[in-house]
Amino acid sequence: MRPEFTSSSSSSSPTDRRLSALVRHLATSSPMMEFQTTVTFSPTSGFYGDSVFSHVVRAPEDPILGVTVAYNKDPSPVKLNLGVGAYRTEEGKPLVLNVVRKAEQMLVNDRSRVKEYLPIVGLADFNELSAKLIFGADSPAIRENRVTTVQCLSGTGSLRVGAEFLARHYHQRPIYIPQPTWGNHPKIFTLSGLSVKTYRYYDPATRGLNFQGLLEDLGSAPSGSIVLLHACAHNPTGVDPTLQQWEQIRRLMRSKALLPFFDSAYQGFASGSLDADAMSVRMFVADGGECFVAQSYAKNMGLNGERVGALSVVCKTADVASKVESQLKLVIRPMFSNPPIHGASIVATILKDRNMYNEWTIELKAMADRIISMRQKLFDALRARGTPGDWSHIIKQIGMFTFTGLNSKQVAFMTKEYHIYMTADGRISMAGLSSKTVPHLADAIHAAVSRMS
Amino acid sequence: MASSVLSLPSATPSASLSSYEINKGKLNLGNTSLCFNKEKTNPFIKTKSFGRISMVLTSNVSRFEGITMAPPDPILGVSEAFKADNHELKLNLGVGAYRTEELKPYVLNVVKKYLPIEGLAAFNKVTAELLFGADNPVIKKQRVATVQGLSGTGSLRLAAALIERYFPGAKVLISSPTWGNHKNIFNDAGVPWSEYRYYDPKTVGLDFEGMIADIKAASDGSFILLHGCAHNPTGIDPTPEQWGIIADVIQEKNHIPFFDIAYQGFASGSLDADAASVRMFVARGMEVIAAQSYSKNLGLYAERIGAINVVCSSPDAAGRVKSQLKRIARPMYSNPPVHGARIVANIVGDSALFKEWNAEMEMMAGRIKNVRHKLFDSLSSKDKSGKDWSFVLKQIGMFSFTGLNKVQCDNMTNKWHVYMTKDGRISLAGLSLAKCEYLADAIIDSYHNVS
Repeated sequence: MRPEFTSSSSSSSPTDRRLSALVRHLATSSPMMEFQTTVTFSPTSGFYGDSVFSHVVRAPEDPILGVTVAYNKDPSPVKLNLGVGAYRTEEGKPLVLNVVRKAEQMLVNDRSRVKEYLPIVGLADFNELSAKLIFGADSPAIRENRVTTVQCLSGTGSLRVGAEFLARHYHQRPIYIPQPTWGNHPKIFTLSGLSVKTYRYYDPATRGLNFQGLLEDLGSAPSGSIVLLHACAHNPTGVDPTLQQWEQIRRLMRSKALLPFFDSAYQGFASGSLDADAMSVRMFVADGGECFVAQSYAKNMGLNGERVGALSVVCKTADVASKVESQLKLVIRPMFSNPPIHGASIVATILKDRNMYNEWTIELKAMADRIISMRQKLFDALRARGTPGDWSHIIKQIGMFTFTGLNSKQVAFMTKEYHIYMTADGRISMAGLSSKTVPHLADAIHAAVSRMS
Repeated sequence: MASSVLSLPSATPSASLSSYEINKGKLNLGNTSLCFNKEKTNPFIKTKSFGRISMVLTSNVSRFEGITMAPPDPILGVSEAFKADNHELKLNLGVGAYRTEELKPYVLNVVKKYLPIEGLAAFNKVTAELLFGADNPVIKKQRVATVQGLSGTGSLRLAAALIERYFPGAKVLISSPTWGNHKNIFNDAGVPWSEYRYYDPKTVGLDFEGMIADIKAASDGSFILLHGCAHNPTGIDPTPEQWGIIADVIQEKNHIPFFDIAYQGFASGSLDADAASVRMFVARGMEVIAAQSYSKNLGLYAERIGAINVVCSSPDAAGRVKSQLKRIARPMYSNPPVHGARIVANIVGDSALFKEWNAEMEMMAGRIKNVRHKLFDSLSSKDKSGKDWSFVLKQIGMFSFTGLNKVQCDNMTNKWHVYMTKDGRISLAGLSLAKCEYLADAIIDSYHNVS
């Protein structure tokens, strides 16, 4: 029975017209369709009626970006932006690494370079060097050709390609993400078609790791589930398991055949040592098991805007790795065909040259050290003021971010009275601090904690 | 393509599942999917029983064991085969990438000169102006939502995701044939599609009546994917008059035109002329989606630079649509790469560089036109059968649909070492004047002696 619907006219609402259009899609076609009243105007016309996009609502502002928007509007000379997860110098400026500038200049000067499409999997040198960087140059998994690495758009892109692959090929297993985690993680996995569950991670009481909760939740996850692990410098908490804890996590996960999916966005940036920051990943590879690793060069090479990253899949055999790679290509081709060349070329140039590589490790350590010193300065400043509470978590946490433990009321107070901009969950980016601005922040925290609870 | 790859059960589905079952202390012998019997004979599973508790030691088999090897990409795979060929006369007419007369890749002079400038906002502004015209009222009235995308593919993908989210059930109509990746993009985005007639093998030209009939027959409010100029793979474009009729039908049916513009400037040599189809639709007040790519016309293939534009009937709608496009991009790759955007913004935004670009554009399009002429002349003079080869001249842009079938294409490759896609498409951009006669011989032989 053909449903009734009105033909488009200026008297029907956009909703009616859209519903009519949908109904016409679903109704079986019949000769009667040809005798419909001819439409006298087009809803797609700018001159008449509403847009076909009338029903599209405005998307909410990204919560982290919103902090920067508010910061930019503030006229105060003492304002401080601690929302941004991007490295800033002691002078509060973004930093392009010297070695990156050098590499870029080399690329520009090389007249033989062309801009032809990269293969779907990206720049071969870059892929090989990225795998060696995270797994270690002498990793047996690499030697045995059990690793497939594909260039992707920074960390986000690597996570997305990996997740889409898993959604298609890994039997509808859920992914477990830590509580809390980077805001974009659940969106990436959900849109890839994975079902998302959480495991306990942060303990607000200790401002440290809820290790018992973590073990319980992973222990009760269905066998074969995917588990998202932050390789180092957990975002947003800065709380990392110790090596011993990592070993326990590994044993538990392997006993339950849980599949690790590492997000490595801060290698070298956390402790200052590229190898130390890769220990968690290498531990899992050393036991011969399989894992996914998403790498980003946004922070450790300062290449945020170039979108450079890689997805590696460590498999049991070289044959499987080869098949997995062929399927990753089917995910990539309809998403962006092949990855952008510029950033990957910079990374490859640096990683393959001994001198440039060494230069990089020095600049990287300097960035990591500056952040560690900010942690120490802030801790000392709070102690000097006698700020109530235990602030040792500031120096125990690692990486770009500190979960201060401040609540949203205290945060709002700090923004209003002291012009400190940070996310409402109490996270601050240490990279946005300098020796000059630490006292101001310490004053703000002191006031917030003393006057509000 | 991607949708036809089903996830097969792994070779040892019982590997992880049965360990799960065993750990739970349950053995469901009646469960056919778990085949306890299979598990007994499965050499990859080792089990040990400790009284009532059975533990499965680490299986040696990958959880991805059952994944099949995907076939090579039909277009990009051609280049791989070409690389493996050692024959001295080999010719790569597969990928649509511009080559010089010496068959070398070409980096535009304007691109070499670029200086980086600030920001993506500059790119979004100039890319819309380039497509719609800087003084187009829709731009002045802020009715265009423009978001940088990962070249053409990425921009199409963003639009497809928008369609899936906000026009559930709506179909996209794509030309038959069309670029091979279009179907993959809509499949992966979850958008249903069907085809409208386009290529007429009898005339090696446009099946205009079929095209119009199929667009008319589609349910109201469908999205019609149109190639703005230089149709890929056929090289056959509607005339301006035909574009007008296409616009009429789309308006009658309340369809939404969705342009893929990957060759602006490359078809005729004029950036403005090649945008005429899009501008015609916009001038009629229609809401239009348009995906742009700078891979070919600025030779920025590997930088992945393009944009998705949505012309809306109001600035408010444009603002909302833009916010949703960005929201789709964020869980895909957060933000687009800045390098290519800077190059484009600088070139298009600087009048001297822009002029230089126009000149290089004319040169590239000119070389292709010359090659078409030479090929046509070679075919006409060498082929005594009286076959009409004029389609080579009538077709436009980088590609030509030769009308050769798959078997004939195989002959082109196997006998003549000419690499092309199996649908009969050749990339004129990969052809030099010097090689036209050789190619003519190959085509004539394949056409007449193979079937």
